[in-house]
Amino acid sequence: MQDLLCLIPLFPLLGFLVLSLTGRRLGEPASGWIATTMVGASFIAAVIVFSGLLSKDSANRVYELNLFEWIPSGELSVSMGFLGDPLSITMVLFVTGVSTLIHMYAIGYMHGDPNFSKFFIYLNLFVFSMLILVLGDNLLMTFLGWEGVGVCSYFLISFWFEDATNASAGKKAFVTNRVGDWGFMVAMFFIFFKVGSLKYSDIFSSTIEGSLISQTTATIIVVMLFIGAAGKSAQFPLYLWLPDAMAGPTPVSALIHAATMVTSGVYLLTRMNPVLAIASDWSTNLIWIVGLVTALFAAAAAVAQNDIKKVLAYSTVSQLGFMFVAVGSGLYVAAIFHMVTHAFFKALLFLGAGSVIHGMHHEQDMRRYGGLAKAMPLTAATFILGWLAIAGVPPFSGFWSKDEVLLAAWNENRVAWVLLLIAAVLTAFYMSRLVFMTFFGEPKWKEVETSQNEDKQELEEISSEDESSEHQTSQPHESPWIMTVPLIVLALLAVVAGVLNLPFTHDTKLLESWLEPILFGNEVHISASGATKWILAMVAIAGATVGIGLAVYIYRWNRIASNIVEPKILRDAWGFDQWVSNFMGGPGRKLFASFAWFDKTVIDGAVNGTGRLTQLLGTKMRVFQTGLIRTYALGMVFGSIVVVVYFITRMNF
Amino acid sequence: MGSTFFASSLASTEPSFPTIPALVILPIIGAFAVALTPSARSGLHKLVATLFSGMVGAISIWILTAFETNSDFQFISQATWIKSLGIQWFAGIDGISLFLVVLTGLLFPLAIVAINPSHNHKAYYIWLLILQSGCMGAFVALDLFMFFVFFEIVLIPMYFLIGKWGHGNAKYAATKFFLFTMLGSAIMLVSIIALASLHSRDAGSDITFNLLEIAGNPAISTATGRILFLGFALAFAVKVPLFPVHTWLPDAHTEAPTAGSVILAGVMLKLGTYGFIRFGLFLFPEASHFFAPVFLTLGVIGILYGAVVATMQSDLKRLVAYSSIAHLGFIILGTFALNTQGIQGATVQMINHGISTGALFLLVGIIYERKHTREIAELGGIQKSAPILAGAFTIVMLSSIGLPGLNGFVGEFLILLGAFTAHRWWAVVAAVGVVLAALYLLWAYQRVFHGPEESAEDQTKDLTPWERLILLPLIVAIVYLGVYPKPMLNRIEPAVDRLVAHVEEHVEGGAFREPTPTVGTRSSFADLVEDSHNHGGHHESDDHHDKGGHQ
Repeated sequence: MQDLLCLIPLFPLLGFLVLSLTGRRLGEPASGWIATTMVGASFIAAVIVFSGLLSKDSANRVYELNLFEWIPSGELSVSMGFLGDPLSITMVLFVTGVSTLIHMYAIGYMHGDPNFSKFFIYLNLFVFSMLILVLGDNLLMTFLGWEGVGVCSYFLISFWFEDATNASAGKKAFVTNRVGDWGFMVAMFFIFFKVGSLKYSDIFSSTIEGSLISQTTATIIVVMLFIGAAGKSAQFPLYLWLPDAMAGPTPVSALIHAATMVTSGVYLLTRMNPVLAIASDWSTNLIWIVGLVTALFAAAAAVAQNDIKKVLAYSTVSQLGFMFVAVGSGLYVAAIFHMVTHAFFKALLFLGAGSVIHGMHHEQDMRRYGGLAKAMPLTAATFILGWLAIAGVPPFSGFWSKDEVLLAAWNENRVAWVLLLIAAVLTAFYMSRLVFMTFFGEPKWKEVETSQNEDKQELEEISSEDESSEHQTSQPHESPWIMTVPLIVLALLAVVAGVLNLPFTHDTKLLESWLEPILFGNEVHISASGATKWILAMVAIAGATVGIGLAVYIYRWNRIASNIVEPKILRDAWGFDQWVSNFMGGPGRKLFASFAWFDKTVIDGAVNGTGRLTQLLGTKMRVFQTGLIRTYALGMVFGSIVVVVYFITRMNF
Repeated sequence: MGSTFFASSLASTEPSFPTIPALVILPIIGAFAVALTPSARSGLHKLVATLFSGMVGAISIWILTAFETNSDFQFISQATWIKSLGIQWFAGIDGISLFLVVLTGLLFPLAIVAINPSHNHKAYYIWLLILQSGCMGAFVALDLFMFFVFFEIVLIPMYFLIGKWGHGNAKYAATKFFLFTMLGSAIMLVSIIALASLHSRDAGSDITFNLLEIAGNPAISTATGRILFLGFALAFAVKVPLFPVHTWLPDAHTEAPTAGSVILAGVMLKLGTYGFIRFGLFLFPEASHFFAPVFLTLGVIGILYGAVVATMQSDLKRLVAYSSIAHLGFIILGTFALNTQGIQGATVQMINHGISTGALFLLVGIIYERKHTREIAELGGIQKSAPILAGAFTIVMLSSIGLPGLNGFVGEFLILLGAFTAHRWWAVVAAVGVVLAALYLLWAYQRVFHGPEESAEDQTKDLTPWERLILLPLIVAIVYLGVYPKPMLNRIEPAVDRLVAHVEEHVEGGAFREPTPTVGTRSSFADLVEDSHNHGGHHESDDHHDKGGHQ
């Protein structure tokens, strides 16, 4: 069983290697199927390991596997080691499960792309890195996966690199993430400095049983780790890359930028909960406050987006904010619970959006959608389930997990709860808006089809070469089965995933008791009484109803002109991105340029000036200047001899 | 203690085959052989040059396999040179120089095979072979004077390689390179002679330039040591190069022919960093410690300044040149951390920078050959027409950025870790360089490789099978040393530990000790989980999340 642990990442690695060598020849769809099979095999291995863990006594549900020593240096010894415990296996299960579905979906979505097999090479490499991140038994392994997923994200965002926007988005994602990585690295330095190891078990034993890490150090470590997490998980102000990352193919947005990679920050902080537990309050408060700000800020921005993927992108940022609120309040179970349900419904929503985009010949502007429910019934049905889940309608999964996060906020303070509730209302509102604009109402695409603009056409050619008959009529169409089957499976999961952690009795809190061993008693328990919890849940349901109702009022019945609730400032996401871009392109660039100027003019200028001065003197001493290096060398030798003779004569023999 | 130190650091048995003399002399014989080949047969020149530098490479590989993992100098070769002045031929290899020798052994034949000169083949190969001999000699020398001779010898071939086979303003670049380095080494020569004579005076022994004898018996006063150290340091600082004496490097790199850039970045810059470790730290432990803050600061400045200036370069080759300044700043940072991780990381980084930047210059050369320009603004969309070239560039670039799993990360991480242990804030600031590296390289990559496809008549040819074959060993090394650096680290560590012990011995207080290993009572995660489970109540009392209490 122990050894099965290494099979989990091994399969996608194998897929990556096989496809790297043979992918081009295998072509479509074989390379896609190989990639899917590998991730599927990985999922099966994960299930076996999971059942193995389940069969163990809850106190020692751990598998450890040490492959080889990676970086030994002095006291430092970092291994390529895997740790299979309830937390990592939870992550592994949904990562591999969702990945398998998205891989399968991508076979249909990427159909006809000239770089079809390359796409799956990157995708397999991504899954491998993600599994390394999750399964690593020390911080440096996690960092290896952390950077690995970052670079795959870079490859995949700029997958269609001919377009400058895509290329820039990829670079922006990588560089912004690196800002976070700085924090991660500094945190590792502090930990090694204090603990002398980067292994999780060593770190935890030194915090739980020893007092190696003082409160001050722990606080610094937590803040630094949080900077890293904020980069990867798109928290304010490092979230900037995520909306741009939507430039990648939609399966990538679903897999990397919604379900898996962007939740790594939540994973990291949950993993390090013993350190969070001894850090001073302000650092954990910082985490939930930033999470809250992000949740609210991004939810508001999502309200006014017209690009269907941008709505979902801001929604992801916002939902990640919810998870950070939970982590910062010490409700790790709620964070992981929401992470899992979010992975299901957000992957579903992205894939549904992809199906719509696919059916609409790469049109992403929702103002040109409408009434698509008729044309794409399966997509619409599954999408609606996902919508109900994210909006917090009981008994869909999102309701249960979001409710726990709201409880976390309530437990921190009442203002936080109110603000987070507003974010939840906004969530229900913008998602309903998206659904109404896309699937209901009058079809808007009929008007547009004659006035297709040119750059859209270029995109279309990629996907619809062999669908030319449909293309000519521009009729939206339902996606092939290979894309709808994953939608159906994810829709089922999005509906029922709430059973993972139903709040009724201790026995229904499956996730909580499953994760208990890795939380070392650091999970905060809600003090509110049962009655309060019921009332809060009712308020949350009412909130969801208000959000949906408002959207019905505006976008279904058209009682208010929609541009009132879509002000420009929200469409620009408060103008923050623009402001940062302006700063980087303006003063930031000028600063960099001034250094280059300094180097060229001042430093090199001084050198050349000295040279010229020497030359000037040289004209006076022309006789000696033959211009031949050997003459100078000769001079050097004579000079050296003089020095040598000088020292020899001064020596006492 | 001097004599015991001296004895313990030499391997007991001398190998029967004169390994080190072969390393140094074979290229010279090769140079003669090329000289004797008829000028018209340019293909033959390349063959002879490849053969001889390849033999050196083979010997260096053999050394790698025969090297025993301990702190001794091995393959010692010793002979009297100028007896009256106490100058010896004294050479040996330890863990610190081992991989530099291998790098020198392998990078030269690769550069010779990979690139054909534009004209005058004969002279070109002669200079390259002399250069290889000079670099080898400098890396194995354990006699100060011998080191100086080789340190100087390398200037001449490089001067001609840049001046005669370079591009653009080659004469200017070559002269600048020569004068800069000459200035440094002139002062180093004075320092060497002063050190040898003062040492013999104060120790009351015959004059000697033997590194181990001088280092093993530090007789000179602290003040003198500090002054002499600065003399050495200036020469090395120019060679590295450190801010603000770095401006020869971008010019030399940019104007040099591709092979020149590869060798310059891959091997020659390491003469400076190697000099700091081998001679600076070893001869002047006290002064190294005393001046460490200065050099740490210069290292950090190099990291950030090199990266920022690299970002704004419009010439691709110049950009890579400035990135070298940043990478070498890391090496200096690690060196002056004066602890195991720092120096080991610096040594590893020397090798890794040689591989990555060598490969990067090769690739830039390949692009230049095809597009006849290095101006970033004039390039674009190459990935579409040359995907394999783009893929190779991506891997090398990621290695240069320091992506974990590739070689560049190992050195950088150890350096930062070591620097953090010794001087926290320098490391925290230096780590920003990791962000900047991603910025300038990815931005350059985007402008050169991404973007719309090139026009039909201007398509970039993809890598030829031959070019792929040349790049393959470099890329294999990049991945291998990133995933499994242990064999390399294990061979380097004993020598580094000895050096660290040597430095600490001569510094009062030993302020840069590593943290004592404090963990170890509990190695298994399972125990920990079980334990915390059994004593579940342990944590409740001091849980700071005291908002609701546990139920």
